[in-house]
Amino acid sequence: MAGSRFGAGRLTAAVRAARFPLAAPSWPASVDRPDPERKVGLDYDHEWSRRYPVRLARAVVMDNVARPAARLVAPATVRGLEHLHHVEGPVIFACNHASHIDTPLLLTNLPVEFRHKTVVAAASDYFFDRTWKSIVWSFALAAIPIERSKVNRRSADTAAELIADGWNLVIFPEGGRSPDGWTQPFRGGAAYLARRTGRPVVPVYLHGTRHVLPKSASATDDPAPGGSGTESQRGGRLRRSPIAVLFGPPMRPDPDENAHRFSERVEAAVATLAREVHTDWWQARRAVSAVAPQPGAERAHRGPQASPWRRAWALDEPPARRGAKDWPA
Amino acid sequence: MSRRPGFVLEVDRSAPPTLVWSGEGFGLETLPEGSRVIYAPEPVKALDDPYAAIRHALLHPVGDRDPLPALLRPGMKLTICFDDVSLPLPPMESPDVRQMVIETVLDMAAEAGVDDVVLVAALALHRRMTEEELRHALGDRVYDAFAPHGLLTQHDAEDPDNLLFIGETDEGEEVEINKRAATSDLLVYVNVNLVAMDGGHKSVATGLASYRSLRHHHNPHTMRHSKSFMDQPASELHSANWRMGRLIAEAGVKVFQIETTLNNDTFPPAFEFLQKREWEWTLRDRAKYLGVSTALAKTPPRLARQVLHGIRAPHALTSVQAGEVEAVHARTLEHVWAQQGVEVEGQTDILTMGLPYICPYNVNSIMNPILVACLGLGYFFNMYRGKPLVREGGVVIMWHPTRPEFHPGHHPSYIDFYEQVLTETIDPTRMHKEFEESFATDPWYVHLYRTGHAYHGVHPFYMWYWCAHALAHVGRVIVVGGDARAVRRLGFSPASSLDDALEIAADVVGPSPTLTHVHNPPLFMADVH
Repeated sequence: MAGSRFGAGRLTAAVRAARFPLAAPSWPASVDRPDPERKVGLDYDHEWSRRYPVRLARAVVMDNVARPAARLVAPATVRGLEHLHHVEGPVIFACNHASHIDTPLLLTNLPVEFRHKTVVAAASDYFFDRTWKSIVWSFALAAIPIERSKVNRRSADTAAELIADGWNLVIFPEGGRSPDGWTQPFRGGAAYLARRTGRPVVPVYLHGTRHVLPKSASATDDPAPGGSGTESQRGGRLRRSPIAVLFGPPMRPDPDENAHRFSERVEAAVATLAREVHTDWWQARRAVSAVAPQPGAERAHRGPQASPWRRAWALDEPPARRGAKDWPA
Repeated sequence: MSRRPGFVLEVDRSAPPTLVWSGEGFGLETLPEGSRVIYAPEPVKALDDPYAAIRHALLHPVGDRDPLPALLRPGMKLTICFDDVSLPLPPMESPDVRQMVIETVLDMAAEAGVDDVVLVAALALHRRMTEEELRHALGDRVYDAFAPHGLLTQHDAEDPDNLLFIGETDEGEEVEINKRAATSDLLVYVNVNLVAMDGGHKSVATGLASYRSLRHHHNPHTMRHSKSFMDQPASELHSANWRMGRLIAEAGVKVFQIETTLNNDTFPPAFEFLQKREWEWTLRDRAKYLGVSTALAKTPPRLARQVLHGIRAPHALTSVQAGEVEAVHARTLEHVWAQQGVEVEGQTDILTMGLPYICPYNVNSIMNPILVACLGLGYFFNMYRGKPLVREGGVVIMWHPTRPEFHPGHHPSYIDFYEQVLTETIDPTRMHKEFEESFATDPWYVHLYRTGHAYHGVHPFYMWYWCAHALAHVGRVIVVGGDARAVRRLGFSPASSLDDALEIAADVVGPSPTLTHVHNPPLFMADVH
């Protein structure tokens, strides 16, 4: 072991010490860098990842590697599968987003009739910014690049074409992982696609994934001014923790409902699923029912409007003590 | 992305090493900080439909010429002359531009009912082309239609029966050219203009001339006063050719000149990295470089030469113009400059250049030491307009193995020139006076030139005269990595490395010289201000 580590160290050192042409050329200071020829990001050609040989390979890996691994690392309680038995695909899965592990855990817990015919909308600036990342995510998750910072016609066209072609779509309407564990406002992408394609949206709530793979500080983030130096270094590490996956009933926009209004309904449906994790189906629905509504229940999943520590405090408790109180009120 | 013009890189700490050719191989050299590296402009976009462009040019000639079909009639005598194997470099992928032009001309001739058509390779004193080379240049269709009937000929500058004395210019220059061409009702000349030196009146006045005629401008005096011979208005070589060309026209020889320009897309995809700027090399480029350079370094030169001479350039046609010689050539030069011109500010103390495996006179052959000198000091040095890139009294550093190897079939007189003349003198004027005549008239060389594939006996002298301007201009020539004896035979200084060469150069240009490297090929012309 020590020998191999020593060998790896030497190899790493050799790679770092390599000079042109073994290493990439340096760029002369006097020469302006042109805009790179874009073959990544939104321009990445991911069509190959949906060809049959690739789909077959992905299915083999998913069923024989990813699913057993997911069961081991994140044993899941899955509720609401009955909703999927009665819906005809393709559908749009709109899911909350707290961790990078969300996508593989959601995919591995989908029923088989959806699992191998689903593409995932992934941030083009994060998952498709390098060629190797584009290849990895296209293969592993059948990911497609989307623009998350603004509405992009090309992203929407790509997703709509794939849905029209019979592919289910996983989309995280928050546009990125939650910075603090509370759900962020939903953007209109999923609702827009549902209106455009006429396909239903299936709300999904993933609970506990942020304990499996917590969000880590970005390598490019500057240290917080005045930080104590005791900030957690545990982000980005995989830890075993149970999760819950809840599917809601498929939703379709009303004829006179615009994408914005529909998106709010989808978000509310996800919030209801979130409440269901800590209560039960009946109480979760009663909380937002017209008969006995609880004040602010439809926005409770976004957390209290309070200081960061209070928001953190109000989040669900660690797994060991989870269930001691209602979530998230 | 639009085409980028030529570029002058100021070498700094972050600049990667520079690719440098050295005969049948290449390597990366780290040039001193503050050096300049000149890169050629990127290739001009090719014409979408070359055949349509050629046809259009023949139907819409420039200058005082009728469209080609109007000049063709039954019963006339038509001669089509074309540039030889020395152009373009490397030989272009099929179809060669000559094939495309000549096929179009022959289509029109056939339509007009012209029976008496002869094709002539305008060799001047170059070696005769082989069947393979002719087939590559003209295509099988043309070759098979003409060669079996003796109608595809190669100009013989030593055939008294097929030379016609036209007269003398005002300067007393004798003009003697191919009789078949001179006595035809129409002489169609098909040119490939790779560099600004080619074309114009030089096509006929040189390409179809005899030694008697050529000696008036292929001599040390003319070449020293051609500054440079790539810049027609400043070239005494061209002034002489223009006088001769005008005399030929006055004598009634009707020339329909067709000139073509090619872009500088020099290397096929497998070797594309050779024409890219090093800091833009991709992982694939670097892998190719490592693979090819390592393989070539481990390959015997003979085999490496075969591999490299097998390269076919993806040159593409960028313009074609036809009509009266001078009007045509003026347009051609515009296109050549558009492709090759690079603006350069000021001269340099040291000019460095890596010399590749090929020059106009060793296609499918060996680059012997005389041709090494010719490529570096004749061609690369002269690729300028205005002022030479290197200052007067400066130093030229060239990379080339400069092995004393000769192709006995192609360059027989070069061997004797190397052994008998260069051992006596490297002064072009002295060798012109004392040795040229005997080589030019040697019956054995004449026999080899006429019956084999040998360059004319006088050709090595011309190659040396090609260097005359540079030899008079620079203070020292240093060859890095060259065979020391051969380099010294040429009158140059051998060096084992660039550092070694810079140390030698310091004696001439001082300890802190400026240095400019020409990143050839692809070829470019420096417009030095």
